[in-house]
Amino acid sequence: MADGKKAIEALRGRFPGAVVSEGSFRDQHWAVLRLETLVEACRWLRDDPAWAFDVLLDATAAHWPDDPEPIELIYHLHSTARNDRLRIKVRTADGAEVPTLSGVWRSAEWAERETYDMFGIVFRGHPDLRRILMPEDYTDFPLRKEFPLYRG
Amino acid sequence: MPPTYERSEEHPDVITLNMGPSHPATHGVLRIVLRLDGETVVKATPHIGYLHRGMEKIAENRSYLQFLPYTDRMDYLSPLAANVGFALAVEALLGIRVPPRCEVIRVLCCELARIGSHLVWLGTHALDMGAGTVFFHTFRDREWHYDLIEHLTGARLTTSFTRVGGIARDVDAAWLRKLRDFVDAMPRRIREYEALLTKNTIWLKRTRGVGVLRAADALSLGVTGPSLRASGVEHDVRKLRPYSGYERYDFEIPTGSEGDIYDRYLVRLEEMRQSLRILDQALRDVPDGPVSVEDPKVFLPPKRKVLTSMEELIHQFMIVTEGFECPAGEVFHSTEVPKGELGFYVVSTGGKAPYRLRIRSPSFHNLAALPLLCEGGLVADVIAVIGSLDPVLGEVDR
Repeated sequence: MADGKKAIEALRGRFPGAVVSEGSFRDQHWAVLRLETLVEACRWLRDDPAWAFDVLLDATAAHWPDDPEPIELIYHLHSTARNDRLRIKVRTADGAEVPTLSGVWRSAEWAERETYDMFGIVFRGHPDLRRILMPEDYTDFPLRKEFPLYRG
Repeated sequence: MPPTYERSEEHPDVITLNMGPSHPATHGVLRIVLRLDGETVVKATPHIGYLHRGMEKIAENRSYLQFLPYTDRMDYLSPLAANVGFALAVEALLGIRVPPRCEVIRVLCCELARIGSHLVWLGTHALDMGAGTVFFHTFRDREWHYDLIEHLTGARLTTSFTRVGGIARDVDAAWLRKLRDFVDAMPRRIREYEALLTKNTIWLKRTRGVGVLRAADALSLGVTGPSLRASGVEHDVRKLRPYSGYERYDFEIPTGSEGDIYDRYLVRLEEMRQSLRILDQALRDVPDGPVSVEDPKVFLPPKRKVLTSMEELIHQFMIVTEGFECPAGEVFHSTEVPKGELGFYVVSTGGKAPYRLRIRSPSFHNLAALPLLCEGGLVADVIAVIGSLDPVLGEVDR
């Protein structure tokens, strides 16, 4: 199905230098974007009729503690008009603020709250950045790799 | 937790009312803090997480096979569908495809699960709004569906029926006959439920034009499943990205036009009929053959061989005690479960456990639409809206 391959080519053309790297596995494609271009690129991907990624299926993160940029943000985009999918990623330093995508797709609101809750990533401009699954007075971020699986 | 009833000084007419987490109409441990001006909802704030078990964290320390039982405990009204979704995601990571007989049995599982889930939704949703009779009809038939699941898997709720590369065991002819009886009887049963509700004046007044979700809002909020289709968007993973051989079956995707509670009701009702259509076609053509891949590194060898051959004994021992290796890579694989699009994003760095397992839960995103649907409406309609979104908190909280 070659999901997202053409959209990544178009992103490279429209935002030169924005795509840091790209990858694919089992015919699913992703692009790693520069943090500064994330919101602008996503808004273009949503609004340009050639791409029309009108759904943000999910937003999440992964923690790679041994990497110089240990925080990886992952966004799964879907286009209902074209039945296409694209994965957008961003890498950043620990503790850095990242811009919210809740102004582009409202589904980012709860998804980013969960990402904050689980990884401690702060989303700049988020309308209501509170913990969502863990208790309000909880102090840890359980999906970070240093969080122990057992308390022995 | 703030007091359950609170009046503020600056807005003496606006009160704060706490609803849940233990409330019979919230379908689980959902808590909503409502700001009410008289009977009008000014603000609705859902609080979730009461059923959070940290499944995504647990997955990082379990072999792929050991994680399977956790998928039973997400949407506990349709565990079979989540079992299939998880198995397919790991199979996509491995790059393997199961034999045709297994695919058909998985389709039977998924559609049976959809009917079971929709029967609970319909019974409880109608009960919440005072139509108690429907509940007894749907739960009678849901009992039947549970008997089928018990015969198939040995369990009614915690099915854990799929395996990566196959299913736990083959089905027998007796089960297929029993399922055929169910498929033949259900259309009449669905007409019974319809007779109770579809033209019922009270039902129409409670559901029509209430809790309207426009298509643009639904898409932006990431709503999927029947709740999105009722708003007129023909989004169904079974059609868009067929898996497990769904492209072989002739079925329609019911959609609504108004996006109100009544449309969501009609769409789910029609979905049950379409599920029966798929079951009917699948039952007519269950191919013979194996129900699992023949890869001793992934799938358990047959017990007969384990007891007689050293090599198979070692394979069984390795899979059970350590699990199997997955290549480094990442996949996002979706299936259409009764609540919407269930996605598993599996990140592997090689090895026997995922580095990161993200569960894209349809109920989580569907529930995010709740404030939009409730605010400006009446407090009594909050209960109707919750029922119409059909959230399962086990899946919301994971």
